[in-house]
Amino acid sequence: MSHRLKGRGEEGDRSGRRPSRKQAARAEGAAGRRGAQPGQKEQAGGSPRPGSPRRKQAECRRHLEPLGEQGRSSAERTSKGRRKRDGRASLKKQRAPPKTEKEVSRQEEMWKRPKKHRPPSLASSASGAECLSEEERARILEQVEDSKKLIATMRNKPWPMTKKLRELREAQEFVEKYEGVLGKGKGKRLYAYRMLVAKKWVKFKRDFDNFKTQCIPWEMKIKDIESHFGSSVASYFIFLRWMYGVNLVLFGLIFGLVIIPEVLMGVPYGSIPRKTVPRAEEEKAMDFSVLWDFEGYIKYSALFYGYYNNQRTIGWLRYRLPMAYFMVGVSVFGYSLMIVIRSMASNTQGRASDGESANFTFSFKMFTSWDYLIGNSETADNKYASITTSFKESIVDEQESNKEENIHLTRFLRVLANFLIICCLCGSGYLIYFVVKRSQEFSKMQNVSWYERNEVEIVMSLLGMFCPPLFETIAALENYHPRVGLKWQLGRIFALFLGNLYTFLLALMDDVHLKLSNEETIKNITHWTLFNYYNSSGWNESVPRPPLHPADVPRGSCWETAVGIEFMRLTVSDMLVTYITILLGDFLRACFVRFMNYCWCWDLEAGFPSYAEFDISGNVLGLIFNQGMIWMGSFYAPGLVGINVLRLLTSMYFQCWAVMSSNVPHERMFKASRSNNFYMGLLLLVLFLSLLPVAYTIMSLPPSFDCGPFSGKNRMYDVIHETIENDFPTFLGKIFAFLANPGLIIPAILLMFLAIYYLNSVSKSLSRANAQLRKKIQALRVVEKSHKSVKGRRSTAESEDTAKDASQNATQLQLTEEGTTPHPASQNQTPGKKAQDPGTSSSASGTTLPASRHLSGAQPPGVRPDSGPARSQTHPWRSASGKSALRPPH
Amino acid sequence: MGNKQTVFTHEQLEAYQDCTFFTRKEIMRLFYRYQDLAPQLVPLDYTSCPDVKVPYELIGSMPELKDNPFRQRIAQVFSEDGDGHMTLDNFLDMFSVMSEMAPRDLKAYYAFKIYDFNNDGYICAWDLEQTVTKLTRGELSAEEVSLVCERVLDEADGDHDGRLSLEDFQNMILRAPDFLSTFHIRI
Repeated sequence: MSHRLKGRGEEGDRSGRRPSRKQAARAEGAAGRRGAQPGQKEQAGGSPRPGSPRRKQAECRRHLEPLGEQGRSSAERTSKGRRKRDGRASLKKQRAPPKTEKEVSRQEEMWKRPKKHRPPSLASSASGAECLSEEERARILEQVEDSKKLIATMRNKPWPMTKKLRELREAQEFVEKYEGVLGKGKGKRLYAYRMLVAKKWVKFKRDFDNFKTQCIPWEMKIKDIESHFGSSVASYFIFLRWMYGVNLVLFGLIFGLVIIPEVLMGVPYGSIPRKTVPRAEEEKAMDFSVLWDFEGYIKYSALFYGYYNNQRTIGWLRYRLPMAYFMVGVSVFGYSLMIVIRSMASNTQGRASDGESANFTFSFKMFTSWDYLIGNSETADNKYASITTSFKESIVDEQESNKEENIHLTRFLRVLANFLIICCLCGSGYLIYFVVKRSQEFSKMQNVSWYERNEVEIVMSLLGMFCPPLFETIAALENYHPRVGLKWQLGRIFALFLGNLYTFLLALMDDVHLKLSNEETIKNITHWTLFNYYNSSGWNESVPRPPLHPADVPRGSCWETAVGIEFMRLTVSDMLVTYITILLGDFLRACFVRFMNYCWCWDLEAGFPSYAEFDISGNVLGLIFNQGMIWMGSFYAPGLVGINVLRLLTSMYFQCWAVMSSNVPHERMFKASRSNNFYMGLLLLVLFLSLLPVAYTIMSLPPSFDCGPFSGKNRMYDVIHETIENDFPTFLGKIFAFLANPGLIIPAILLMFLAIYYLNSVSKSLSRANAQLRKKIQALRVVEKSHKSVKGRRSTAESEDTAKDASQNATQLQLTEEGTTPHPASQNQTPGKKAQDPGTSSSASGTTLPASRHLSGAQPPGVRPDSGPARSQTHPWRSASGKSALRPPH
Repeated sequence: MGNKQTVFTHEQLEAYQDCTFFTRKEIMRLFYRYQDLAPQLVPLDYTSCPDVKVPYELIGSMPELKDNPFRQRIAQVFSEDGDGHMTLDNFLDMFSVMSEMAPRDLKAYYAFKIYDFNNDGYICAWDLEQTVTKLTRGELSAEEVSLVCERVLDEADGDHDGRLSLEDFQNMILRAPDFLSTFHIRI
C-alpha cells in the first residue's frame, strides 16, 4: 500500500518538474504495484533471470557506498535496509532490460533515497562532510531539495496521517542534518544563513496566512447558512461579503483622499457661501424632516460635491484637492473595473470545459450531485428529492429524447409569458418617466406634501418590490428547469431595474439641463447683488464695508449636489424598502404561519402561505443595482460610499438573521456553481453602464459656477490641464499635449483593436489545437481498446511493438500539450495524467482484497515469461487489463 | 490561546500544519470538535500522542456528517482499520481532504475510495447501485437503478471492462464542473 501510494505521490511531484522522468515514473508505478507482495515477486519474476537481481543490488550498493560506509556497522539497520533493497531490486529486475533502464534506475535511486534510505548511516557521515567530493555534494544537495519539496507537498499526499507525520519528521531531520554540510568553506556560512532566512520566511508566511484567514469575516455565519440552504443561497452571502470588501476599499480611498483633507485643511464651515446654509433655509435646517431628505445642514456638508472649494491647494501641505477629487473619482471606477475583471478571470480559470459535461450526464449526477456541505435534515430531504427527480428526468430524456407531448402549448405559453413581461417592463418604464416629470412640476410649486416630494423614490421602490414576484408568477407558465428559470428571471429583473434606472437618469438629465440653462441668469443676479451691496449709498464711506454674510449671497442650484442628493435618497429608500420587505414578507409571514397554525382550519405550514423561500435572484440584482447607484453617485456625493458600507454591514447581519429565522430551503435545490461568474458579468455590465453618465457629465457638462471643486472651470477635466500646466515642467506639458493629439490617439486605438483581434485569434487557435489533441487522445484510447480486445489472439511480440508506439505517441502528445498550453490548468493536465497514471491507478487498490492481490501478482497465462516484464514496463496498464479479463465478472 | 500549548506541543502543531490544509486555529478548532464528541474518552493533552479512537456512532452524528448518505463510507475510508472508528489523526485527515484547499487529485482519489463500497479497487455495478440507492433513498425502481448504472458505466468506463477503475474515475471527475464545490465539507 505504502509503496503504491508513494509511487503515485512521487509521480505527481516529478511530472511537474521534468517530462523526461516519465519513463521512470511509469516504471515506478509498475514497481509499486509489484511491490505489494515481495514474496510472490521473488517467485514470479525472479526465476527467469536469476542474474539480474544481484546486479541491481550491487548497483544499489555502489550508489550507497560513498555515503553509507560507516552505516553498515549498525547491523540491525543494514539488514532492514537490505531487505528493502532486495525487494526493490527484485522488482526492478522484473521491470526492464537493464541496459536501457540503467540511467533511469540510477536517477530513481537518488530520488528514492531521501525517502527510504535516509538512514543513520548517512547521518553519521555528516562529520566527515569536509571530505565530500563535488559530485556527492551535488547529490546531497539534490536530496535535500527533494526532501524540502516533500515537506512542502506533504499535505497533498494521499497517505494516512501517521505516515505523513513520520515521513515529515524524517525529511525534516534529513534536511536539518545536511543543510549545514552543504556549501563549502566560505560559502557554508552564507548557505546556512540563507537557509535560516528561508525558514523564517516560511514561518512568517504561514503566520501571515493564519492571520489572513482570521481576518475574513462572517465565515461561520456563511457556513451555517450553507449547511442549511445549500450553496446557492450561500453564494449570495459570499457575494455580499465580497461587495463589502470592495466598498471598504472605495470608502478608504474617498475618505482618506477627499473628505478628511477637506475637513482638516479646507476653509471651515460658514466661511464662504458654498459652505453655508442660505438665509431662507436657516431656521428649518436642523429639523429632522429636512435632514432626513438630505437637505439643510447635510446638504452643505462634506458629504456632497457642492461643499468643496475650488481653491487649487489647501493647507500647509499644499494638497491639491480639486485634482485629488478628480483622480479619486476616476480611480473608484478604475479599481472597481480591475477587481471585477480579476475575480471574473480567476473564476473562469478553475472551471472545467463546458463541452465535456454532455458526455457524462449520469456520471456527474451520480458522483457530484450530493452537496457534502449539507448539514441540515430538511435541506437533505429536499436534496434527496431533487436528486431523485433529476435522475428520473434524465432517464425520461434518455428513453424518449424527442417525445415532447405538448410542445405547441409550451411554446405558446412561453411566448405569452414573454409578451406579458415586456408589457410589464414598458409599463414600469412609462410610470417612472411620468412620475419623474410630475416631480419636476412639484419642485416648482411651493409647500408640496411629503408624498409628492418622495413620489419618485416610492414608486421606484414599489416597482422593485412588486415586479419580481409578478415576473416569477408569470414565469411559472413557462415551465423551465429551475436553473434556466433563474437565468431568465435574473435577465428580466435586470431589464426592469436597468430600464427604471435609465429612465430615472434621463429625467434627471433633463432636470440638470434645465438648471444649467438657468445658471446664467442666477450668475448675473449674484453678480449684481454683490455689486449693489458694495456700491450702494447710505453707508459711511470712511469705513470699509464688512463683506456680505455668506448666507445672504444668492447662489445657483448646484446641479451636482442635487444629483448626489437624489442618489443618496434613492439608496436610503432602497435600503429601507428592502428591510421592510424582509420584515413584513418574511418575518411576519413566518410568525403568522408558525403561531396561527395552532388555531387555523388548514395546515398553514404545508398549505397556502407557508414560509418564504430566499429570493436569490432578486437579492443579487438588488445588490448589483445598488452598487451601480453607488458608483454613479459617489462622484457627486462622496459620502455615499460610507452610507453604502453601513448598509452592507447591516444587511449582512439582518439578512443572515432573517434567512435563518424565517426562510425555508428551496424546494428544488440547485447549485450555484457557475452562477458566480454570471453575477460578476452583470456587475461588470452595470459598472460600465454607470460609468457612462458620469463620464458624460465630466466630459461635456459645465460644472456649476459657485459650488464644488471645479467651479469656475469650463469642464471638469480642465483640472488636469491646469495641474499639468502649473505644476509639471513645461516639457511634460508639451508631451501631454502631444499625446492628446487625435492623430496619435486614433492610431493607438487602432493598435489596441489589432491587439485584441490578434489575441483573440491566437486563443481560438489554441483552443482548437486543444480540442484536436483531446480528440487524438480519445482516438488513441479507442485504438487501445480494440488492441486489447484482440490481444488474446495475437502474439505478444506484435502487441508489444504497437504498445511501444502508442506509449511513445502518448508521451509526445503530452509534450506537445504542455508546450501549447502554458497554463497548467487542471483540464489540460488530464490527458497527460491519463498517459501516466494508468499503471498506478489500474492497480490502485488491488492490494486491499486478498483475492485481487493474488491475481495481480500472477502472470497472465499464455504470455511468455520473459516478455511479460518488458511489456508491463512499457505499458503498465496492459497487464492490468489482462488481469481484469481474467477476473470473473461481477 | 493559552490552552493550545497544553494540548499540542509547538512541533506537533507545526507538523499538523505541514500535513493538512489547516491553519493553527483551525486545527485547534477541529481538536475541540473532536474532543467534544467524546469528552470522557479524549484527553485534553495530546503531547504524548495517546492512542484514542472515537467510535463511528459518535463521528457519524456530527452535524457535518449526519445527513450525508455516505457518512459511513467516509468514516471507513479515513479510519485506519476500515471500521469507522477514528483517531484524531484520521479525523484531521478526513477534514483536510474535504477542505476547500485540497487539490482535485487528492479529492478524486478519496472520492473514488468512498464510492468503492466493497473495497475491491474498482467501482463496479454493485457499487454504483449502492450509490444510487443512497442518493435517492431507494425511491427509484430496480429497472431505473440498473439503467442509471448502465449509463454511468457506458459514459465513464474507458477500457470497457464493466467497471470503473481509478483512472476512469479520475478522468471523469476531473471534468466535472461541480466536483470541487460539492465534495467539500466546511468545518
